[in-house]
Formats: sequence, C-alpha cells, structure tokens
Amino acid sequence: MDFSLSKEHEMARQLFKDFAEKEVKPLAQEIDEQHRFPRETVDKLAKYGFLGIPVAKEYGGQGCDILTYAMCVEEMSKVCGTTGVIVSAHTSLCVDPIMTYGTEEQKQKYAVPLAKGEKLGAFGLTEPGAGTDAQGQQTKAVLDGDEWVLNGSKCFITNGKEADVYVIFAVTGKIEKRGKFIKEISAFIVEKGTPGFTFGTKENKMGICASSTYELIFTDCRIPKANLLGAQGKGFNIAMHTLDGGRIGIAAQALGIAEGALETTIQYVQERKQFGRAIGAFQNTQFQLADMATKVEAAKMLVYKAALKKDEYTKNPKISYSMEAAMAKLYAAEVAMEVTTKAVQLHGGYGYIKEYGVERMMRDAKITEIYEGTSEVQRMVISANLLK
Amino acid sequence: MKIIVCIKQVPDTKGGVKFNPDGTLDRGAMLAIMNPDDKAGLEAALRLKDQYGAEVTVLTMGLPKAADVLREALAMGADKAVLVTDRVLGGADTWATSTTIAGAIRNLEYDLIITGRQAIDGDTAQVGPQIAEHLGIPVISYAQEISVAGDKVTVKRQYDDRYHMVEATMPCLVTALAELNDPRYMTPGGIFDACKAEVITWGRADLKDVEDCNLGLAGSPTKIAKASDKVRKGQGEKVTPESPEDAVAYIVGKLQEKHVI
Repeated sequence: MDFSLSKEHEMARQLFKDFAEKEVKPLAQEIDEQHRFPRETVDKLAKYGFLGIPVAKEYGGQGCDILTYAMCVEEMSKVCGTTGVIVSAHTSLCVDPIMTYGTEEQKQKYAVPLAKGEKLGAFGLTEPGAGTDAQGQQTKAVLDGDEWVLNGSKCFITNGKEADVYVIFAVTGKIEKRGKFIKEISAFIVEKGTPGFTFGTKENKMGICASSTYELIFTDCRIPKANLLGAQGKGFNIAMHTLDGGRIGIAAQALGIAEGALETTIQYVQERKQFGRAIGAFQNTQFQLADMATKVEAAKMLVYKAALKKDEYTKNPKISYSMEAAMAKLYAAEVAMEVTTKAVQLHGGYGYIKEYGVERMMRDAKITEIYEGTSEVQRMVISANLLK
Repeated sequence: MKIIVCIKQVPDTKGGVKFNPDGTLDRGAMLAIMNPDDKAGLEAALRLKDQYGAEVTVLTMGLPKAADVLREALAMGADKAVLVTDRVLGGADTWATSTTIAGAIRNLEYDLIITGRQAIDGDTAQVGPQIAEHLGIPVISYAQEISVAGDKVTVKRQYDDRYHMVEATMPCLVTALAELNDPRYMTPGGIFDACKAEVITWGRADLKDVEDCNLGLAGSPTKIAKASDKVRKGQGEKVTPESPEDAVAYIVGKLQEKHVI
C-alpha cells in the first residue's frame, strides 16, 4: 500500500493549484456576489484541457485518470466551489454517460467537442416531484416516426442555461416488474436551441451562487431518434451509474471547500491578535484546527480511494465503486459543512462578513450534502451494499 | 525550423535560500522552479512552433532532479528534452556553464537558440551571450518581442527608455525577458505524456569540443569569497543639523566616507 502520489499526479496537482490561484481565486468573491456565471474561466478551463481530463485522447480528452480529474475539482473548489461544480457536472454527468453508453456516432458528435471544452454539458434528471425518488418522473418521451417528442420539465439543473449539450431522462412507457407496473425511463441527448426546449426559472440559491442553476422546459421538443442514449428503458440504470461517478466529483468538491476553509483559517489565526497574542496560541484554536485537519485528511483518503476504485473499474467493469463513491461523498460533504462552520467561528465577526471568503465556503459546502444524492441517499446506498 | 531553448532550474526564493560550506548554493535542499526568463523564452519558442511549425528542444545543465523542469517544458509542448548532468560539471560559474552548454549544443541541429536573460539565483545575464560566443553565432539580448521571417529573426530589444529593432540571420541566439509574454500552463494530458517521455541524459563524455580545464568548479575563474542570505539593515541614524549648510556638509561627509563621491 502506497499513499504517495506519482510524479504525474504531483505535477498535475501543482498545475491545478497554480491555475486556481491565478485564474479562479481572483474572481471567486465577485462572481458569488453578482451571481454571475464565470464564462471567462470556463474558456480557460477549456483551453488547458480541464474539461476532458478522464476522456481518452482519441475523443479529444486528456487521457488521464479519475484521480487527476478529482484533484482538478478539488483544487478549483479550494478557492471557488462554483468553478468546481462546473467542471464536475460537465465531466461526470454529461461527458461520462455519453462516453459510457453512447454510440460511436454520438461520441464523435457530442463527446469530442465536450471533452475539448468547445461545448459545455449538463444533466437533467431531477423534477419538482422527482428528486431522490427517480420513479416520480413526469417528463415523457414519445416516439413519433424518426423523432422522440419530449414534454415536461426538469429543475435545479447545474450549468442549466450555459450548457450546449444535455443528458435528459424521460418516461418512455411502462414495464411490469414483479407483478407491478413501473415507469420505463430512457436517456436522451438534447442540444440547446432545439425548438421546444426553453429555460424557466433561474434558481436563487444559498451557495454556489455563480453556478447557472435553471429549470429546463420541454414543450413538444422533437429530437432525432438517434439521440436516444443507451438502450430504451435503461435510463434508470444509466442515471444511477452516472450518479455513482458524479459523487466522486462532488466528494472532491466538498473536500476542496473544506481544505480551502482550513487553509484560510490557519493563516488567519496566526495573524489575528486578541489579549496580546495570536488566537492560534490559544489551545481551543489549536484543538479545533487539529480536529478540522484530521477530518479533512480522512475525507481526502476516502475521495482518492473512490477515484482509484473507479479507475480500476475502467479496466475491469465487473467491479463496483458505488459504495466507495457514496462513502466519499457522505463523509466529505459532512466534513465540508463542519470545517467551514468552524472556520467561520474561528474567524469570529470577520468570518460572518464577506471579506475573508469563509462565509462563502460555508454556504457553498451545504449543497454538497444535498445534490447528486443527499447524505441520506448515500447512507441508503452504503447500507444496501452492506446488506445485499 | 529547429529551436533550442536553454532552461535552468532555480531555487524558488519563496522557500528560503540554503548554502553549501564552499559558498555555492545547496540546490538539492531547496524548492525549485523553472527560471522565469527561461520560461518566457520557452513560451516564445512554442508560439513560433504554433505559428510556423518548429521542433523545440529544451536543454538544461544541473543535478538529476533538474529533469523536473524539462518534464514541465515537455508538458507545455516542447518536443525533446536534454539533461546535461555529471559530477565533474558541478559548481560551475558562468564560463564553465556556457562552455558545457555549448559543448552539448554542438551535438544538436538548430536555427535559433533562446535563453533567458538571466537566472534569478545568479542574476549575471552572462551565460546566454557566452554560449553564442562559444558557438560563433550572433546574439541579440533582452528580447521583448521575437518574430521570424525566412532565415531572419527580428527582435524588439529592450534598452532603458527606448527599444532597438535588431535583425539577424539565423542561426543566432536570443536572450528573453520574463516580460516577453505570459507563459502557457501545462495540460494534464501533456503531464502524463511528459512523465513517460525519454529525457536524453548526457555527461562530460558527450560534450563536443570542450576542455576539462574549462569545466566544473575547477574550470571556473570566479571564486566565491562569501555568500549570504539577505541581511536586514539596522535602523538609520537620525540627525538634526542646525542649518542647511550643516546638513549639506554632513551628507557630503557621509558620501565621502562610503567612497560614493
């Protein structure tokens, strides 16, 4: 067992760190306050290949592994949670299912420009009545000649209005399972600009404020028959498998947010003086920092382990990384919330105002316990793996 | 077009400076980065490659760990990397360094050689021009802009409050300023490829047309008497002369004492 990073991973981490410090951090506070999507940052992420890290080179990607991708999301999230989720939603939730389930033609048409960063991707599963319960889907797709006709809406969609390519789930019929009729769900690739595909409400959120979170509306939206992703009726499996991978991205985002808050706090407690000495000299501060750092390190081990397990899966699809991904997301998200809350507390009054950035990190941390499966769903996934 | 870029691994001054007992830098004990002027020179070469098509070879002399900056250069887009490393080459001053690098370059084909103006550890700005002298080719220093047309290279050369436009026929050597450009980042895929790529490693025996008496610490005319980290200056002396004349006399006296005038 070896806990040290390889030379390429060390170099990649340094690259992501330098990029995040120079290109992402200077904008983080401003885009949060203005609720502005950082298009200029996305263009730079694309230029340096950060939007196709785990995709094979022949499909326009960088040909790296999942660990490298996770480290990219981690380092971006250290300074800006929004930038972290832009990369994660694009890569894990849109590029990955197309690369995994797409036909060669779909890969060439959609995955290549997505991996090159010429296009941005999104994923639409959640509906007002179907969050954790994916069977609650109301969006329908009906085959009419050579086209599928989509009707319905999706909500809380990350990269919502800014994406070009969307992986969308819809009900395509009913199937009988153990004497009961359940909804047959299928996955589709939908392009922005398709007639009948419009945007509804922009969500006004607690955190990741610069992320473009929108409602997607489909009204007699006709897409080519060839845009069915995977087999008809396999949508639920595709969604669940995609979310297994997505959880590694969100776990890395949560880890990054926690690390960012810890680093900011370590610096602050050495500068801030009360009662004639730096607050870092008080044992309460030292013990809090020790607990924060220990939990961050434990979260990092779980996130990296899940990433390595997914890398193993790419070589041997018989193994599952579902439980590792759920454990990583569950733990890293809860650590992110705890560490950012402590960071605000250790900053005192300055933590509550926007200048030091830790209040933003605390607001950004909360969503990691909710999206791509709440912490409760992660516990369901983990226990289901234990009791099967 | 074939371009050679000479780069140097230098101590990252953010990590503090450490010395060997003989006064030379203890490079093994310090964090290291690619020298900023050299990185700008590499970026200039990569832009010429993007624009006209070129093979870019990066070359460095140093400890085996200097291969790290070569891999960084490969991950940015360089095509080939050469590391010149040998115990007998250690402790070299600018003369011995330029002799060594010229000896390595004689094994390679080139139209253009780009070096940084100077390295942040020594700040001499001598190695680039000395390499050109050893090779018998023209040198244009302090490049703010570099362009190529046919077999000519045109350089906007920084000069105090103005600049010179200098043209030379290739092969020639240009020394680059960090202000020349904003170097690109590596790409993740470039890093993975660079870590698998071969770094050509040469020792003393591979150097062409050089003499041992011009190499390493023994072949270095520069002898370091003393080297030290930055020393904080003490507080100045405060005086309140009675008249402007007294003040002038005091200042002149101090300047004479320090041999300034």
